Parts: sequence; C-alpha cells; structure tokens
Amino acid sequence: MDTHSILFQAFIFLLAAVIGVPIAKRLGLGSVLGYLLAGIIIGPFILGLVGQDVTDIMHFAEFGVVMMLFLVGLELEPHKLWKLRMPILGLGGLQVIITSIIIMFAALAFGLKWQMALAIGMILALSSTAIVLQTLSEKGLMRTDAGKSAFAVLLFQDIAVIPMLALMPLLATLTVTSPNSVGHAALQGWQQTLLVFAVIISIILAGRYLVAPIFNWIARTGLREIFIASSLLLVISITLAMQAVGLSPALGAFLAGVVLAESEYRHELEVGLDTFKSLLLGLFFITVGASIDLALFLQSPWLILGLVALLIVIKILVLVLLAKQFKMPIIENVIFSFALAQGGEFAFVLFSFASKNGVLPQDIIAILVVVVALSMALTPVLIILCEKYLQPIFAHKAEERQFDEIDDGDTPVIVAGYGRFGQIVSRLLRSQGFQTTLLEYDAVQLDLVRRFGTKAFYGDVTNLELLKAAGAAEAKLIVIAVDNQEKSLIVTELCRKHFPHLKIYARAKGRREAYELQKAGAHFVMRETLGSAVLLGRDALVSLGYRNYQAHRAAKMFLHYDMRHLDELAELWGDEKQYILEATEKAELLEAVLKADQKDRQELEDHAWNAEDRPTSSTLDNVEKNQ
Amino acid sequence: MATIGLPKGISMQNKVLVNFVHPLYEKSKANKALVSAINDIEGVTFNDLYERYPDFYIDIEREQKLLLEHDVIVFQHPFYWYSSPSLLKEWQDLVLENGFAYGDGGYQLQGKQWLTAITVGGTEDSYGAGGYNQFPIELLLKPFEQTADFCGMKFLAPYVMYEALMLSDTELADAAHQYAQTIRHLRDGDYKS
Ligand SMILES: Cc1cc2nc3c(=O)[nH]c(=O)nc-3n(C[C@H](O)[C@H](O)[C@H](O)COP(=O)(O)O)c2cc1C
Repeated sequence: MDTHSILFQAFIFLLAAVIGVPIAKRLGLGSVLGYLLAGIIIGPFILGLVGQDVTDIMHFAEFGVVMMLFLVGLELEPHKLWKLRMPILGLGGLQVIITSIIIMFAALAFGLKWQMALAIGMILALSSTAIVLQTLSEKGLMRTDAGKSAFAVLLFQDIAVIPMLALMPLLATLTVTSPNSVGHAALQGWQQTLLVFAVIISIILAGRYLVAPIFNWIARTGLREIFIASSLLLVISITLAMQAVGLSPALGAFLAGVVLAESEYRHELEVGLDTFKSLLLGLFFITVGASIDLALFLQSPWLILGLVALLIVIKILVLVLLAKQFKMPIIENVIFSFALAQGGEFAFVLFSFASKNGVLPQDIIAILVVVVALSMALTPVLIILCEKYLQPIFAHKAEERQFDEIDDGDTPVIVAGYGRFGQIVSRLLRSQGFQTTLLEYDAVQLDLVRRFGTKAFYGDVTNLELLKAAGAAEAKLIVIAVDNQEKSLIVTELCRKHFPHLKIYARAKGRREAYELQKAGAHFVMRETLGSAVLLGRDALVSLGYRNYQAHRAAKMFLHYDMRHLDELAELWGDEKQYILEATEKAELLEAVLKADQKDRQELEDHAWNAEDRPTSSTLDNVEKNQ
Repeated sequence: MATIGLPKGISMQNKVLVNFVHPLYEKSKANKALVSAINDIEGVTFNDLYERYPDFYIDIEREQKLLLEHDVIVFQHPFYWYSSPSLLKEWQDLVLENGFAYGDGGYQLQGKQWLTAITVGGTEDSYGAGGYNQFPIELLLKPFEQTADFCGMKFLAPYVMYEALMLSDTELADAAHQYAQTIRHLRDGDYKS
C-alpha cells in the first residue's frame, strides 16, 4: 500500500487519536498527552507509520493554534481584554525579557557567541499557546487567576514574536544559504510599521462593519455548511493577511476574534469552528510527538534531558518570582508557573527562520528542537504532578496562615463556609436583622467577599479553638454551609460535643450526605440542590401550560413528601437492600399521591358542590324544629 | 348600543379594575365564560391574583397602586364556603392596610365603587329561608359590604350567577354577556343597581 497517500495518512493519524486519547483520558493524563504519545508511537522512530514529512503536516496543523486564538478572542470582549492590559504588558513583558536574558547567559556558559545565545534566549522564552490553553481549559482552569494570567503571558509572547523576527537577521554570524528569503524584509522599517498598522486597522474595521452584513447575508441562505465555510474563510484570510506582512497569524486571528466577540454571530462562529480547531490541534500535538527525534535523543540522552530540565527550571523560577511580585496566591502561582514552563510552537518557526538567516547552526537547532518538543510533551505531566503533589503542600501551607482574630461581638448565628450557599443563608438572616459571624477557609474567596465589603473571618471551622473564638458558646445556631462533607461532619460532631445547646443547620450534597449529617447529630439538614431544582421544575410546569398556583402546589407537595421520605428512610440507611426497596416504594407512593391530588381536583369539576347527598346538619334540624 | 357614535373617551368615565381570584381556573367553566366576555373591553384592567401570587406573597405596593389608579374595583371569584377563595382574604388583610385604606393617612379609597361578582354552585332558591343554604347571598356577603363601607367605598349590588355548574353553554354565554354589559355601564358611569 502507498503509505504516502493522503487517505492512508489520515487513517493513521485518526486511528492514533481514537486509540490514544481515550486511553490517556481514562488514565487521567488529559487529551494533550494522549495525542503526544500517539504521535511518538506512530512517528518515524517507533512504528514509522508517518514519515519525515511530518514537519510539513505540523505547519499545516499549526493552523489549529490560529483557530484556537480566534475562538479565545471570541470569548473576550474588548473591555475584558482591556482589563488584562496589566498582566499582558507587565507579567508577559517581564517574563519574556528576563527569561530571554537568563537563557542567554546559560547559552553563553556553553561557550556560544553572544548573538547565538541571545537568539536562543529569545526563542526559548516563548511557551506553547496550544498546549497550555488546551490543558488548562480541559482542567477547567481558564477562569482562574492562574489561567487568566497564563493567557495574558501567552498573548504577550505572540506579540513579542514580531520584534524577534525583525531582530533575528541582525544577529547573523554564519554564511547565509538563502539570504533574505522573506519578502517583506525588503521594505524599509517605517514602511513595514505602516503596513502592520494598516493591516491591523483593516482587520478591526472589517470585523466591525463588513463581517456582520456578510454573515447576515450568508445566514439567510440557511446553508449551514456555507456558514461554516465562510467562518473558515474568514480565519484563513486573516492568516494570509498577517503572514503577508510578517505578523503572527495567531495574533491577527485573536484580534479578529475580539472584534467579533460582540457580534450576534459569535455563537455560530464558535460552534462552526470548534470541531476544526480541536481536530487540527489534535493533529498538531500528534505531529509534535512524531517529530521528536528519538535517534538524536538516544545519541546524547543526558545532554538533552539536562537541557530540558534546565529550560523548565529556569522558566519556572522566573515565572514563580514574577507571579509573586504580581501578588498571585501561591496555590495559583505554582499552577501558572508549571503550565508555562515549556518551549512553544513558535520556537519551531523561529529556529528555521534563524537557520535561514544564518543565526544558528543546524546541529544546535536539531538538539534544541528536540528539547522544545520534549518540554512540550512534559507539560501535561508537570501540571498533573503539580496538582497532585505540590498544590496540596501549599494548601497545607495556607492552613498555617494565622486564623483571624474574631472581633464582631456577640452574634446569635455562626455561618461556617461563606461560599455561594453560605452567602445566601447569611444574607437572608441579616436582612432580618440577625448578626452572623462568617467563617471562610478559602483565602481567595475570602478576599473576594472582602472586596465587596463583607467581613468574613479566615479560619478552619474544624478547629475547636476557632469555633470558640467565633462565639459558639454564646451563639444560638450554626449554619454549616461548607462544601466538604468530611468537614461538615467534623464540625457537627465538635458542636454536639462541646456546644450541646447550639442548633446545627447543615447543608448536604445528596441523600447519603444528609443521612450522615443527621446521624452525626445535625438538627436540620437540607440537600443543597433540592430547593433550586424544585423551583426550576415548578417553572418548567408553568411553561408546559400549568397555572402558577397549581405548579406552586405541585412543587410544594413534591418537596413535602420528598423530605418526609428522607426522614422515614433515614433509619434504613446502611441496609442497602432494604433501603432501595423502600425508597422505590416511597418514590412510587409519592407519584401516586401527586397523581391522586390531581385527580381529586379534576373531579371537583363534576360534583364540586353537590348538596343532594349531604347528611342533615344539626343546624338544619334546629331550624326545622324551631319552625 | 349606547356608545356607538360617541367619540371614545367621553363616555368612559371610570377606570375599572377586575381583581380575579380563582385557584383552579384551568377547570373553570363559569368564570372562564365571564372572563372571556370582559377580556377586551377597553378601560378595564384585569388582575389575575392566583396567577400573580401563587405563593400568597402579595406585592402590597403594586396592589395599592392599582387600586388608586382605578375608580371601580370588581372582585370576581367563585363562591367558596360562603365566601371567597382564600387568596382574596389574604389580599384584603395585607393590601387594605392601616394608613392606606383606613386609619391615619388612610381612606385613600374613599368614593371608589366595589362590585362583588361571584359564581355560585347553589340555586337561587336554596339561598333563603327554607333553602338548604338558609341565608340570602346578600347576607352572606355582608363581610365584604362592611369592608367596603369601612373604607368609605360604595358597595354595589353584587353580580351573582347561580347554579354556575349547571348552566348550559348558551345560558353561560347569556350570563357572560350580561356581565360584560354591567362592566361597561360601570365604566361609562351609567350603572343602575
Ligand atoms: C372549595 C369549594 C367551596 C365551594 N363552596 C360553595 C358554597 O359555599 N356555596 C355554593 O353555592 N357553591 C360552592 N362551591 C361551588 C362553586 O361556587 C362553583 O364550583 C363555582 O362557582 C363554579 O365556577 P367555575 O366554573 O368558574 O369554577 C364551592 C366549590 C368549591 C370547590
């Protein structure tokens, strides 16, 4: 079979992805690592199913990164981007500059010329947008401080590529094989600058005034695939335009995304492009895996491993210190720093550019490409390690933060856990004039509510001393609203033992947790989702045509029986068989009751006020007797 | 019809508010007929209390504002246990509060008209001496009459549809038409009770 046919290649890549990614996910390694490993396995050095032309495919697949940034831009309206300006310029700028310089010195230590060292420093200062964003969003970390800052740094790096490309030719020390292969280099500096601005402004203007009417027109044809085709066309056009003026296509796409973030077609664009983006990114990761030159690696494994370690350590150190300067909490800081500690896909581009311009010799580039690829492949592993081992340590460290002095006087109510749940309870009580002492364990959450002017105290509620300091001896009741069953149980037990007068109102996740808390001695337990789910169900009934009052009664009745059954079944908890049996019975009973109620009300209509078969009343007797 | 030929607005002297109270409107026949007859009469505001306050949490401010904006207040409901469905009682207890409907700074409803419009299960005969309901409707409605009076409102002769569950469709339609006429007269200020 012709192993070079497009279909066969596609077959191999898809097969690798379909097998590799689910396994990796199952093992908790994340999709990126799955793709990378699949790539290594089908690569030229193990199975040899994909050939040396894998770098060509990689360049094609890099388009996935462009799309990813376009999609990221779509989620980021201009004002949100504006808010990020400090992290982008400050954090991002300093990261690139400092990392470049340190790596440059490291390279100098290896005896390279300063021009080469500087080139290497700049190139390796960049991180991998694709790997970082994919891994972080898969873990749901993009909305955290760490995620946002990581994104800001990556964005700056994308911008930084422009001056790097401009600077590179000036660092040439070798004889150039094909000089000035890049067309735009012929332009004067100011012309180039002008051109760049012209392109950026036209992207903004086109996004604002041209794209919407065009998409409007296309959407009216009602052809979905044409809409998707035009979305693709849009991104490809931007890519070409940016390449033509020597700018990063990813940056241009991001910009276009931001401009379109406020357009009405935002969601359609997202939906249309998302699959392509994911597939291309997957392809990209596979090619990164496949391009790791294992032969070269085996020639000098220790050198390469050492360099990888050096690169990662330098990057992490710079990032940790910078993030600290920017007041990022240590827990977020470590994730942020570990996430960004690798070389990026831009390195591949810049290395080949540096080679063409005679800045770096081929043998050094070959080794560094392997180093970058390995560091990329290690990133998901690093993040997992960080989450598993490092964060708990720092979480522990955070525990050592001194508990706050509690000085809010005598309050009748203690609210343990001031998250979404505790906030609602406390606000309700406060609205009725009851003072509440608020305890919160999550420092980030604490600072957040403080910014809104609410005074919550820092401390671990499972600590008896803290409970005493919070006035548990004098308070009337404690609301346990923490999101952690173990802690809730400990607090319940502590309170029962040391403050027997204290009424315990506890939030529970589900039935099991509710029973456990009841057993531990909580006086009142509420499952956290019950109320809101019933309310939503009530509104659903209304939208199905119920009048509000009937929907309201149905919801009330459901709540009533559900809570009663919970109590009745509580005794059976533990005896699983019996429990399931009874629970099913109760559920059926509940349904029967609800239906019967409905039927009653239907029958109302027929003999709602039937006087004929009514027994003679005593009043009537009296009336008759009196007559 | 009297209004034909007259420019609109001139004849519409009064603004009419219908406070409608029915907990089981989805199964209603009588009140449905009445409601559909008055639904699109100009100058009439329809206020469906059970639909708006299914949990009995009444927006007092809104209700008082509505009262102030209208001249004739109609309370339309089925006759339940010789009175109104319970939400109307709750409404009275909360909305007709001290300082608004009576008391210091109260009596803001003074001079407005109150019409009770009810559908009744029993026959007209049953409501009276010898009937199994013993007392005439007018007597049973005294608490409403006295409430209106206490607030300085004029309690009009009630609109009563007897045997509400027995009426044929045409009888219902006739009754509804008559009810609509009553409402129009109230609006136009030529209602004779
Ligand atoms: C709870 C309840 C109480 C009732 N009480 C009385 C009553 O006291 N006297 C009477 O004549 N009819 C009584 N009825 C009959 C209603 O007045 C009658 O069903 C209603 O007016 C019909 O109107 P609808 O078709 O709009 O529901 C009662 C009905 C119900 C459901």
